Amino acid sequence: MELFAIAFSAIFVNNFLLARFLGICPFLGVSKKIETALGMGIAVAFVMTVASAITYIVNIYILETLGLGFMYNIMFILIISSFVQAIELLLKKVSPVLYEAMGVYLPLMATNCAILGVTVLNRDVGYNFMQSTIHGFAGGLGYLLAIVVFAGIRERIEHNNVLPHFKGFPIALLAASMMAIAFMGFSGWMI
Amino acid sequence: MSKISGISRIPRIFKNGIVENNPLFVQALGMCPALAVTTSATNGLGMGVATTSVLVCSNIAISLVARFLPANVRIPCYIVIIATFVTMLEFMLEAYMPALNQALGIFIPLIVVNCIVMGRAEAFANKNGAFLSAFDGLAMGLGFTAALTVMGAVREILGTMSIFGITISETFPQTIAMILPPGAFITLAFLMALINYVRGRTA
Repeated sequence: MELFAIAFSAIFVNNFLLARFLGICPFLGVSKKIETALGMGIAVAFVMTVASAITYIVNIYILETLGLGFMYNIMFILIISSFVQAIELLLKKVSPVLYEAMGVYLPLMATNCAILGVTVLNRDVGYNFMQSTIHGFAGGLGYLLAIVVFAGIRERIEHNNVLPHFKGFPIALLAASMMAIAFMGFSGWMI
Repeated sequence: MSKISGISRIPRIFKNGIVENNPLFVQALGMCPALAVTTSATNGLGMGVATTSVLVCSNIAISLVARFLPANVRIPCYIVIIATFVTMLEFMLEAYMPALNQALGIFIPLIVVNCIVMGRAEAFANKNGAFLSAFDGLAMGLGFTAALTVMGAVREILGTMSIFGITISETFPQTIAMILPPGAFITLAFLMALINYVRGRTA
């Protein structure tokens, strides 16, 4: 039940994109088409899950036991960027098809604040291994949901007659604000 | 580059950083902190100053070591340098400004992945000397600070009818939504549209 509450909260109530504002750059950058948004969302969800698990282990068994807890930020970003690089190499070798689909999004992961954000949040809240992994996975699912829905909206805006000064980012941000209002409806649900 | 010709470039660097290539409004970089922490003008200003300090330090350090770094591992090296300065900043804030640290929360450690810092390292600091890089960091940081403060001020005025914590009007209705997540997106959308309009006028 507790894990369910964490998952529900990470997907809907505290959605990483629309309530916590983590990972906005790729959210606006690669959400012009549903297919690319889907690829990006799946890549983010995958990396967030694994990064949550790995950083938990490193933080508790290496940093905390050695009294180096203050180094967490440097450690986490290095783990994330080297892990992403490793996945890229592995995918290229093992599954070229999957590499074709996800490859272009992987290098963007290292500078995506949603990934570093979820690991720092896990550490701040003090989640255990299972809770951290579920939090990462659910956060990634929430990200996937928001970016795909948003891409659907943007595909339609593309062909609309928008005021010239609102073309591009401003109208996309307005659409995002409408989505944020919709997601605010979930915050009344207490579990 | 000699120092003399470097000094003559400083006014241009400032104009570029604050007005022409404002990191938030024109380049649309650093959106996450801009949307998340601008619930009040004070928080926006604090976040801007924090980012500026990291930007100046990392620009100086990177411009000094850039020529010794092998090209294909330079990005991880930049990340470690930036993360070091961010960790130092975090300790300073924790010790001297705990309230601001509390308000900015995880967005202080997340300066590491702020695209502005990495962007300036890649676009300016690795090609120029430490002197100019410091000013470039300062100019970009001030542009970002100005943008965040304006956003924070707009949201604070509309959301709570006060600015920098000082109440403006007791009777005018407050729009709470402006300090909630949707207000962040709306404010940035309208400010960007306004900037597009003004630039369209002058260009």
